[in-house]
Amino acid sequence: MNIFVCVKQVPDTETKITPNGDKSFIETASIKWIMNPYDEFAVEQALLIKQSNPAANVTVVRVGSVKDTEALRTAMAMGADEAVLVEAADNLDSFSIAKALKGAIEKTGKKPDMILAGKQAIDDDCLQVPQILAEMLNLPSVSVIVGFELNGSTVKVKREIEGGALEIYEVNTPVVLACNKGLNTPRYASLPGIMKAKKKPMAQFSLADVGVSDADRRVKYSEFQLPPEKPAGKKFDATDAAKQQEVVSQVVGLLRTEAKVI
Amino acid sequence: MANVLVFTELNDGHVKPVTLEILGKLGQAADVAVIGDISADQVADLAKFGAQNVHKLKGANLDKYSPEGYANALAEFIKSKNYDYVFAGATSMGKDLLPRLAAKFDAGLASDVVNFTMDGGAFAGTRPLFAGKCLAKVELTGPKPHFVSIRPNALGMNANPTAAAGTADEVAANAGEIRAQIKEIIKAASAKVDLTEANIIVSGGRAMKSAENFKILEQLADVIGATVGASRAAVDSGFAPHAMQVGQTGKTVAPSLYIACGISGAIQHLAGMRTSKVIVAINTDPDAPIFTKADYGIVGDLFQVVPILTEEFKKLLGK
Repeated sequence: MNIFVCVKQVPDTETKITPNGDKSFIETASIKWIMNPYDEFAVEQALLIKQSNPAANVTVVRVGSVKDTEALRTAMAMGADEAVLVEAADNLDSFSIAKALKGAIEKTGKKPDMILAGKQAIDDDCLQVPQILAEMLNLPSVSVIVGFELNGSTVKVKREIEGGALEIYEVNTPVVLACNKGLNTPRYASLPGIMKAKKKPMAQFSLADVGVSDADRRVKYSEFQLPPEKPAGKKFDATDAAKQQEVVSQVVGLLRTEAKVI
Repeated sequence: MANVLVFTELNDGHVKPVTLEILGKLGQAADVAVIGDISADQVADLAKFGAQNVHKLKGANLDKYSPEGYANALAEFIKSKNYDYVFAGATSMGKDLLPRLAAKFDAGLASDVVNFTMDGGAFAGTRPLFAGKCLAKVELTGPKPHFVSIRPNALGMNANPTAAAGTADEVAANAGEIRAQIKEIIKAASAKVDLTEANIIVSGGRAMKSAENFKILEQLADVIGATVGASRAAVDSGFAPHAMQVGQTGKTVAPSLYIACGISGAIQHLAGMRTSKVIVAINTDPDAPIFTKADYGIVGDLFQVVPILTEEFKKLLGK
């Protein structure tokens, strides 16, 4: 059974984001890169499948810059067998990334039985790549999954929709699944795992190798800017119990007369 | 003028408000496609906001959503017309469906757009990236039609929309092969509006101390018609499910009123709620970062302040 996990490397969630000089992207020089948090659930799900199917092979695939390979090394330290890296700029659009992932998967010569990914990357927040990849490979897909059960070649997954409601899907492999928080609890890489990961194979390709060119760009970004700062608000002291009633009453009044939101 | 289609999903047979937001913002007549049926009254509402032709797609295996069935049916319909742009709401369904649909045309999709212009018939949008830590201009290139998903609540309703004809017809649609099928739908425990579409949100952080204590937020929410959210710290501590999480690894929200209770305001949380129109923060720590984003900050113990707040709102709203 061939399982592919698509991972992306993104700035740590505590990163302060600033636009770069020509506002064409963000300043990336001092960023701490991590594996996209949602991708951790995809890696973990692949490893859980491998635990009950020891013959399964888990390949992690990433499209992005090569200056740091943290995400792929982490995935292999967690237990993935091998990695494929397609070298690209960190601001590629979803269509190009999906096409590169397709090309990279085909390069391995392995026919995918399951392709897992995080539901979205927390950099461009597009939620596009898994579904585009599925369409390009002519495979079914289910996104935002929070439950997974594999019986032979049938997968039962729970997809989370508005308000926490769930859609239960049944689908045969091969399938593309986009994972959400809550699906499982990703393991930490062990020290022996980290040592072993250094010896695991990592194939590397260029975008041209996997058939992607500038002509594949569909979405163009420019004019990166920080959101407008709000003017300072009003602050009230309600630490003194005797004043609480008065303060709260005043705020509620302002919400009606000044902010007009209630 | 661009030839535009707006796809609207139905929520219990009702057109989602984001559809009217899109039509109102377009400022030109556009077609509307719906899978299933809508009433003449709803067609009239769409017309008020600029719907020219309302196409009701009907066919076998389209009674409930499936990524493939909906994408196949819409792709066939769109191919029969000559649209430059296809818009839809960035809802759960929109986010799942549109990438698949766009890929059928080898076309681009601008996701989760919060504002846009159509100067000279060409789309240019603004969208948040890095969960709203920054904004960028987004444009589309390559084969048409181009696809755009719009974040609910972001555009707002046009108070003076331009009406169009609003004629309705039925189109025979083909779901094609559906491999991923919904077998069952489990309703949410709460019938409240989803966080991403909520007009008012009351959120609790680590200082809530337990899942049990979220009751006081629910009581407040019931009075003002709010949906309850939570910070990552509260979710990671097991006080609330992930579906309630607001922030970079949760939901990005834009309500009219956001009341943050016992939330310190980590960067990743602020990213998810900073575009709320009015923010109220309640925290014991006067230096908590949340106060830098709050329109109205109350320094105090949420367990004392929130119940008073609930009572004051009751008085105000005559409940």
